[in-house]
Amino acid sequence: MATSTNGTATSYIERVREPRWLNSEDAEVGSYAVKSGLAQMLKGGVIMDVVNDEQAKIAEDAGAVAVMALERVPADIRSDGGVARMSDPNMIEAILKAVTIPVMAKSRIGHFVEAQVLQALGVDFCDESEVLTPADHEFHSNKWAFKMPFVCGCTNLGEALRRIGEGASMIRTKGEAGTGDVVEAVTHARSVLGEIKRLQHVPEMELMTAAKNMGAPYDLVLEVARTGKLPVVNFAAGGIATPADAALMMQIGVDGVFVGSGIFKSGNPAQRADAIVQATTHFDNPDIIANVSRDLGEAMVGISSNELPESEQLAKRGW
Amino acid sequence: MPLDIGVLALQGDFQEHRAVLESLGAAVIEVRLPHQLEGLDGLVIPGGESTTIVKLVHRWGFPDALRRFKEEGGAVWGTCAGMIVMASELLEPDPKPLSLMDIKVSRNWFGRQVDSFETDILVKGVSGGPVHAVFIRAPSVREHGEGVETIATLRDGTPVAVRSGKLMATAFHPELTPDTRIHELFLRLSAGNLPSV
Repeated sequence: MATSTNGTATSYIERVREPRWLNSEDAEVGSYAVKSGLAQMLKGGVIMDVVNDEQAKIAEDAGAVAVMALERVPADIRSDGGVARMSDPNMIEAILKAVTIPVMAKSRIGHFVEAQVLQALGVDFCDESEVLTPADHEFHSNKWAFKMPFVCGCTNLGEALRRIGEGASMIRTKGEAGTGDVVEAVTHARSVLGEIKRLQHVPEMELMTAAKNMGAPYDLVLEVARTGKLPVVNFAAGGIATPADAALMMQIGVDGVFVGSGIFKSGNPAQRADAIVQATTHFDNPDIIANVSRDLGEAMVGISSNELPESEQLAKRGW
Repeated sequence: MPLDIGVLALQGDFQEHRAVLESLGAAVIEVRLPHQLEGLDGLVIPGGESTTIVKLVHRWGFPDALRRFKEEGGAVWGTCAGMIVMASELLEPDPKPLSLMDIKVSRNWFGRQVDSFETDILVKGVSGGPVHAVFIRAPSVREHGEGVETIATLRDGTPVAVRSGKLMATAFHPELTPDTRIHELFLRLSAGNLPSV
């Protein structure tokens, strides 16, 4: 796996992790294998935003594979305005204690000290997130420097590969968080997956130009062209509010879904959470999706993302 | 005739198992409903989130079907979360395991994600030197019944892989490394070719 038959395209990820990976005498913690491996364990699952330990328990009981601990769900961040920052450590710790599933928490883009704090608290996964107010206009955090894995948002393949190049162990679409409108998540997932398909048909001599045009590391572009997939797990996020939304994203080809405001801003969170979990597992079985979609009560009210002025579009944050 | 192997595909890294098993010549299906177990030689319960998988296993009526599958001679291998699903008892109150194998298991035995690790271990029945093992929020076998053999331990003696007849459970994830030897061992078990305990 480390060397390809044509002798050119050694995997970027394989090379980065090679020194720790081969014949290690003792146990290695925080290596790329264990960081990206946790993301692989989340596949086919639903990650739910929660703002307190009670919601975290509801999410765990409903079958969430992980919870995202934050003070306000994106819909509230949107309506409250102001600067959105990392959550209070007390609140994160209460959630870490309340559940046995992995706990994620958000840092601002480029705010590596918030990420250091999350790692010190024992958070299992950091989301360097455009939902919070960016702390750096130019640079994202160097995620190789952490033993805690990171997930980052993207709107297209170049952005996904830049984040992976910085050390992200998992990628998600940005979508448009806090709207309950799935259209941007669909757009971003189709963009990433479509660009991957196109790359597979690009002759090798054109790949450097492809890398230049998408602003992505050349090694990663080569790897994607060769394997036809991202080297890390790829989830959908931003606007997923119903079981059918979740199954739609899965059929389009993502590995799992994040549901933010969609659950605890709805009429019956426990039942909706359960229904979204079932629909994610049985994403290709419309009879089951029909059954779990009955009588869920009010979905979150939602905002059409077309009606958002550019200044309020969270997906425009980061690059 | 290739072996017919199912991978329980309710949640987790079932595609990784599928890819390895297919590369070894098995005919693989993803199992999401109990009737899909019919006619299989073996079933892999993959890594994933054990609370989620156990909940879905109950929700879709798998417990009786899996016990019947085992009694009728089907081979079963659980990796990480799969080991928890197969256990007879957990040290923790939740979730409720399916009692497919006489092992008492503790979840997240090594700590949180920041304590996840990789290391080399020797596995009984696997020749050609140590296996590189990736442990992610991994469980450990704390006690086991007679007839269950520990086939791998960490340097400090912590048991991380067990086997009993056609049943096998590993706390680590052979599906995440390029080494296919543990999958080959499971295919031998599925074919009824049992190494002696």
